[in-house]
Amino acid sequence: MSLPNEGVALKRTPLYSLHRELGAKIVEFGGWEMPVQYSGILEEHRAVRERAGIFDVSHMGELEIRGPGALEALQRLTPNDVSKLADGRCHYSAFLTERGTYVDDLLVYRRAADNFMLVVNASNTPKDFAWAKSHATGDVAMEDRTEDYALLSVQGPRAVALCSRLCSSDPSQLPYYGFSTMEVLGAPALVSRTGYTGEDGFELCVPAQDAERIFRRLLEEGRGDDVLPCGLGARDTLRLEAKMALYGNDIDDTVTPWEADLGWTVKMKKGDFIGRDSLERQKQEGVPRKLVGFEMTDRGIARHGYPARTASGPGVVTSGTHSPTFAHPIGLALLPTAASAVGTEFSVDIRGRQARARVVETPFYKRKKEVSA
Amino acid sequence: MNPEDLRYAASHEWVRVQGETGTVGITDHAQKELGEIVYLELPEVGHVYNAQEEFGTVESVKAVSELFTPVSGEVVEINKAAVSEPGIVNDDPYGDGWLIKVKLSTDEEVSKLMTAEQYDAYVQAEEK
Repeated sequence: MSLPNEGVALKRTPLYSLHRELGAKIVEFGGWEMPVQYSGILEEHRAVRERAGIFDVSHMGELEIRGPGALEALQRLTPNDVSKLADGRCHYSAFLTERGTYVDDLLVYRRAADNFMLVVNASNTPKDFAWAKSHATGDVAMEDRTEDYALLSVQGPRAVALCSRLCSSDPSQLPYYGFSTMEVLGAPALVSRTGYTGEDGFELCVPAQDAERIFRRLLEEGRGDDVLPCGLGARDTLRLEAKMALYGNDIDDTVTPWEADLGWTVKMKKGDFIGRDSLERQKQEGVPRKLVGFEMTDRGIARHGYPARTASGPGVVTSGTHSPTFAHPIGLALLPTAASAVGTEFSVDIRGRQARARVVETPFYKRKKEVSA
Repeated sequence: MNPEDLRYAASHEWVRVQGETGTVGITDHAQKELGEIVYLELPEVGHVYNAQEEFGTVESVKAVSELFTPVSGEVVEINKAAVSEPGIVNDDPYGDGWLIKVKLSTDEEVSKLMTAEQYDAYVQAEEK
């Protein structure tokens, strides 16, 4: 047996010692020492789908962009239409290269027309900050606030009830992708109805020094409901079932939003933005490959980087795992456009063995939208 | 605690010798490190392996690991129950979670493997 290599000393979130205390298994992720699991990925995954789970995602970067020129600067820096964002709303967007490929994917929060926050991927935070600073024009000030904040994610059908008990105003009033400033156990917080799991839930952006107290209280309040602390392992299986892209796996600086099936984040009519010309060209010339969801029809798990073979040429698996919800191997792959239709059969080289797979509808998992209690 | 009637390899497999047959599995330490096992790939009966050769793979949600046989011989049986329900390997790595049975080609290899006591010490040293 070859066991995975672990435990390189890196950055730690304010919750690191609590994770240790809770018996988490710690791994390196994006330059941080993060809990990959506590009780087990399958169990944590199930907790989020059926009840609720609490994640420490403080490794995510928070960049603030302020000033009279903030809105205009973000219109140029990101492909989604920031002018359509109301105060207290956020949307999914990106930083793109001139080639129209991903520098990073991110969330843009509009606090006011001159005050925005971006939540970016951990490993990309320094790169994003430098990129935004060097590409922003006009009267704006930027600050990397990652170290000041902790980000806790509470996800699952019981997240509303759980968070309500800690928040100074009723978080159930927030619309999907809405946010508000309020107190969480007396600490000033930004609470958003967002997540990366395919479930209803909230992300609580709180001062770093209050994080442990809040995380402990969430666990206590959730104990009767079997709410679990959840690690990055479950976060990955949850996001994959919901077909949410992971930077570094499914998207990177070789992939465009058209290819990633994220065209809805690109608003070509809003005016110029970095990467627009290349995206216009690719749209006219045709998109050579597409990110699709697949399931294995042969035995085996197709993982990130495994080569794919289609009738229209080669492709590559970008994410793959055992789906805890469906108890079956699923994944995402970049395949030639001609081989990307639902139902198309292809094969994946699983460590030297050709295993068959089929393109399927995504997301793999979609929660039933109910009136929340 | 690791059973005293087994012998252990540095790659975290164990072997139980009964007559000419060696039963092979992974250790409790290995299953804990891997986390929940969701997929097992085992060889066909009849395959012949040399000691330390890869005979299959075990996958948790997060990772793939190769399996190495601690002893040389021909595979005479595989644990089909574990293939269809790999969680057995987590639940009972030294019992129902065994992986393959091998007809030993020599009786000289087993004595070179670690005893339970030696393996315990080995794991403790590895964790430091």
